[in-house]
Amino acid sequence: MREIKATEITKTVSTLCQEANFRLGEDVLSALKKALKTEKSPLGKEVLTQLIENAKVAKDERVALCQDCGTAVVFLEIGQEVHISGGDLNSAIEEGVRQGYDQGCLRKAMVKQPFSERINTRDNTPAVIHAEIVPGDKLKITVMPKGGGAENMSQLAMLLPNHGSQGIIEMAVKTVDEAGGNACPPLIIGVGVGGTADKAMLLAKKALLRTVGKPNADPEVAQLEKDILARVNELGIGPMGFGGSTTALAVHAEVMAAHIVSLPVAVNLQCHSARHKEAVL
Amino acid sequence: MNIISPIEEEIIEKLTVGTRVTISGVIYTARDAAHHRLIQALDKGEEPPFDLKGQTLYYMGPSPAPPGQVIGSAGPTTSQRMDKYTPQLLAAGVKAMIGKGNRSTEVREAIRKYKAVYLVTTGGAGALLARTIKRVEVIAYEELDTEAIRRLTVEDFPAIVANDIYGEDLFEQGKAEYKKA
Repeated sequence: MREIKATEITKTVSTLCQEANFRLGEDVLSALKKALKTEKSPLGKEVLTQLIENAKVAKDERVALCQDCGTAVVFLEIGQEVHISGGDLNSAIEEGVRQGYDQGCLRKAMVKQPFSERINTRDNTPAVIHAEIVPGDKLKITVMPKGGGAENMSQLAMLLPNHGSQGIIEMAVKTVDEAGGNACPPLIIGVGVGGTADKAMLLAKKALLRTVGKPNADPEVAQLEKDILARVNELGIGPMGFGGSTTALAVHAEVMAAHIVSLPVAVNLQCHSARHKEAVL
Repeated sequence: MNIISPIEEEIIEKLTVGTRVTISGVIYTARDAAHHRLIQALDKGEEPPFDLKGQTLYYMGPSPAPPGQVIGSAGPTTSQRMDKYTPQLLAAGVKAMIGKGNRSTEVREAIRKYKAVYLVTTGGAGALLARTIKRVEVIAYEELDTEAIRRLTVEDFPAIVANDIYGEDLFEQGKAEYKKA
């Protein structure tokens, strides 16, 4: 049994919230730079240039990449040999979000009673926490500040088995087309296939954590990703919806088994400000 | 094209879809909650907290200002959520809006009718856009925090005309040009 202090978790989450909001991942930056070379629209090129410059300003001045500093989505991989001491895990994470959003001058976006009063909780809590138990004695924490614009345009479809890969492609293309400029393209498209309604969306969200453009290890899934990307980039939506050849930077799909009557497909859209940072304790 | 906000009507006539502008002068921030309150005030026949006539609204709620800065990250939010309020605000005198994403048919019609303009700027470029904001004053609804109405003084704020008084639309045009059959 290995002991990890709750205070250490709090400190780590606080740092991750800030770093994720200040520093765009190198993989995202490379994808934007690559897109700048291939984008056909002059206006699209201007947008991509601004985004690359924005990432530099945010990093140098330690100011948020985007004023929407997101819902704090926290993924945990908890080694089964780990014992957390000095407090409970969820409270330690919430406190980390609280401290990170305060210290980093990050925007607090969470409102309680979202169907009526919509009162800001003023510290960006609660976080959305996804925890899984894994072998080992480590704790891996990933913080993904998820912007509301792209999240709002995400969709779930409970397809039927005979819809097959074509059904998945059409569903993903439709989602991106309906999102248009609202989801802040160029996008990273997370696709979750299989499981149940809830599991499919979680797979789609987790797919967004993969290094941008790295294909799925399964060649059949990698082909599906490629097919969706090609179709999406034919839509003409382009950077910020101003028209262009770069509507998405990448498609990441994750697949698991499904019930004999089901083919759940979730599409979780990620704007170009694709922020996540991780640490292993 | 360099333009001054509030934007004169003869300038609005020149702002056709796709025109790149840099805006200097005064603009007001207002998002969902502030729009809701502005409309409530207008419906009750009350004076809005600032004179809407001729003004420019920016759909933006900033992140808090880091020490030594006037504002934090300050990019646009999705304009569609403001669509249901917009025709009434244009009728009350608002002349320009800055946001991201396309607008409803009703808003586009109101833009033509009231001779207004809808401008877009790059979402997710809030750190960069913040550099063009020189002065910030909260003028109403302070309790709404990031959603309060702020009077911003801007210099060379970059934007593109997305809907003009002639009924054109940047998003439709752009997509049509680059869509593959």
